[in-house]
Amino acid sequence: MQAISKRAFLRLATAAGALAAAPGMLSRASAGSPPATPHGQVIAGISQEPTVFNPLMPANEVDQGVWWQLFSTLWYINAEGKMVPDLAAELPTTENGGLSADGLTWKVKLRKDAKWHDGTRFTAQDVKFTFDLINNPNFKVRNRVGHSLLRDVTVVSDDEIHWTMAEPFTPYMSVLSLTFIVPAHILSAAEDPNTAPFNTKPVGTGPFRWVSRAAGDHIVLEQNGDYHGDGPYLERVVFRYIPDQTALYTQFRTGEIDYLGLSGIQPSFEAEAKALPGVKIMAAPTPFIEHVALNLGFAPFAEKAVREALYLGMDKVARIQSIYQGRPIETESYVPQGHWAYDDALPKHRYDPEAAKALLTEAGWIPGADGIRVKNGVRLAFTNSTTSGAQAREQSQQLLMQNWRDIGVEMTIENMPGAVIWGDFWQKSQYQSVMVASNFLQGNDPDVTERFSSKSIPAKGGSGLNTYQYQNPEVDDLLVKGTHEFDMQARKGIYSRIQEIIRGDLVFLPVYQWVSIEGVKEKLNGYQPNINSSSNCWNMRSWYWAA
Amino acid sequence: MARYLLGRCWQSAVLLLLVSFIGFGILHLAPGGPLSQFVLSSNLTQEDIDRLTRQLGLDQPFVVQYLDWLGRMLLGDWGRSYRDGVPVLLKIAAHIQPTFEIMSFSTVLAAVFGGAIGILGAIRRYSLLDTLSSVGAMIALSIPTFWFGLMMIYLFSIKLGWLPAGNRSTIGDGSLGDILHHMIAPVIVLALVETAVWAQFMRSSMLDALEQDYIRTARAKGVPARGVIWSHALRNALLPMITLLGLQFPTLLGGALVTETVFNWPGMGRLFLDSLEYRDYPVVMGILMLSAVMVLMGSLLADILYAAADPRIKMD
Repeated sequence: MQAISKRAFLRLATAAGALAAAPGMLSRASAGSPPATPHGQVIAGISQEPTVFNPLMPANEVDQGVWWQLFSTLWYINAEGKMVPDLAAELPTTENGGLSADGLTWKVKLRKDAKWHDGTRFTAQDVKFTFDLINNPNFKVRNRVGHSLLRDVTVVSDDEIHWTMAEPFTPYMSVLSLTFIVPAHILSAAEDPNTAPFNTKPVGTGPFRWVSRAAGDHIVLEQNGDYHGDGPYLERVVFRYIPDQTALYTQFRTGEIDYLGLSGIQPSFEAEAKALPGVKIMAAPTPFIEHVALNLGFAPFAEKAVREALYLGMDKVARIQSIYQGRPIETESYVPQGHWAYDDALPKHRYDPEAAKALLTEAGWIPGADGIRVKNGVRLAFTNSTTSGAQAREQSQQLLMQNWRDIGVEMTIENMPGAVIWGDFWQKSQYQSVMVASNFLQGNDPDVTERFSSKSIPAKGGSGLNTYQYQNPEVDDLLVKGTHEFDMQARKGIYSRIQEIIRGDLVFLPVYQWVSIEGVKEKLNGYQPNINSSSNCWNMRSWYWAA
Repeated sequence: MARYLLGRCWQSAVLLLLVSFIGFGILHLAPGGPLSQFVLSSNLTQEDIDRLTRQLGLDQPFVVQYLDWLGRMLLGDWGRSYRDGVPVLLKIAAHIQPTFEIMSFSTVLAAVFGGAIGILGAIRRYSLLDTLSSVGAMIALSIPTFWFGLMMIYLFSIKLGWLPAGNRSTIGDGSLGDILHHMIAPVIVLALVETAVWAQFMRSSMLDALEQDYIRTARAKGVPARGVIWSHALRNALLPMITLLGLQFPTLLGGALVTETVFNWPGMGRLFLDSLEYRDYPVVMGILMLSAVMVLMGSLLADILYAAADPRIKMD
């Protein structure tokens, strides 16, 4: 275990897990200044319905968009990638005594002026209650990553809380930036926190308070006059659920919604959207990495030459240009570009079918009578699956099928509904290859233990998300070092090496980093895409209408 | 009558039990499950998934899960949605009202206009009006609902700006006038097909009635043409329409999926589709059971009304 070097944790706190803003994404509008009193409303159109309002329970990205308005975290990561205290009075560092040199003892000072929406004062008891609830075995918590290491959580006073960790865990700073604090005085009174009235009528410390929900239609929130931070500048925020992409875009076009986010504007509407009067169309990079997952437990994919040949035979540029109008960013890594841990020195992909063919022939895969390569009686044929109905991905599959057919590989499409494919089929590695977009980060920390550790393979009794079934002792060691290391430069080195190995081994075939095209009305200011948050509604408290 | 009703209730109970068992079986035997939706987005590990599976009772054998669900259902506890934790009945109630609004308006419109067109077509068989209405009905039945809906939006919302492009109400308004304004387009789209169906049924039923012996007798007795049509033919021709109305009743729960999707109407069709997509078992089962009850009730109600309207029919 390594002690924290001087200032290391301060650097970690201000930049750890933080994603620097990608070029062009910081399009904060600056027409005028915010109004003195909250004014107007914003209707956000979203294609998924927010349904989970207890921010500790299993949920989707769309739910997080609502949580940012209702709740607060101890600190959050802004669009520039800096950690900013929210319910905490300051970030815990070795310099201010908030963190011990070995990274095991945390002492966090809290704000004194934060209140719950019902007027009750926010205190350290709420933070302790949140931690206890997360670790309550009867509570249907989302996950306990980092929290399960908590020991001796002590409320020192209303505005100070201390705890120790069972072992150093660097990503915890990042985990806490996405851990929304819940009210002890309300939830502790509930008979069962899983079915508490709070879960459908939440009370938080955030900039907006809960008003109503019309299930399947919309959610209304109103400004919280007692909010402890800057803003809000809007009287009301409405999340309107519009599942059909065409209907969603049409309502943006007719002006019935003010912001179209999350799923964004579909590629087929993008050109038209850019020509619409009175709106701004923005590119918002996301941390999602589109890739072709190869099940390494499937015999042909266990051979590295096959994986390399498939990568050489894949025309990434054609896919990005012809299907996605050049919008996504080509990538070689699982870390999004702009992130402090991103390694830009990874070997660049080239589309070279001839080299792919030569590689396969050299590896003993010889074309059979039907043109498909065979080795030891095994045909180089496999299935590729993705969520059925995902139009652009289905087109990509056609392109990929043709690409690989050209090098003597047979890919058959076997798509299935989301509820099927992302069940045991994916989780227990029953697939052969899958086309999928994943956010590999832990919060926004580059720790990928759950993804690539040999102990994280569900198909082999592991507890994580290593559905590729990848095993590499060097990566295992590096992953442990990464979570115990507090020095930023040292961590960067560790994660660069991991990226290098993952790219070299082609654990999966990286394609691109997703960029969402979002639209806002021209007069709406304050919108700022944040790659560190799953929802670009993260700062609605700063949104306001130009006078 | 009472004996007949008792018999029908007994049959219905057995049928409902069968429906519940088969429905529950199909849902649970289908691959995938309610936790799949979180796998890609929440960084749920296998450990978390296993824990949540246990907490939701999804690790229990199928029969145990079924008996548990059935037991609670019989005691009035329909369970809670896996997605938002809201009790199933409340969730269905919240969605059935919007569906009821557009379905009842469109059914009334369709019954009035479709009925009138059908009657006129039958009285003036092979006239220009009859031909036009038959061709019109064929076109209405052939137009894809989503296309017609999109055209309505394009014309009346985007080009003319007269109607909203969707939704049930304007946020912050929600007055009766506002809801009616939002209802116009989806009701017209729904009513178009329904009108065609009613017109065809009515025409055929009226033609049947007009060919009956008692009509000839009435005419022979010197009853005026108007009296023959209104007092004799129409009353008899309306009887099959009761069956049609009874059959429409359960469609309330199915909702009008395409219309609801195009116009972003938060009704039952969308609830069912969303619940199925997310494998929200309690909600899907709730809708299934209510649908089954309504089908049985619709059919029973139609039979009773039929008997009340037609003294020739006896229930025993």
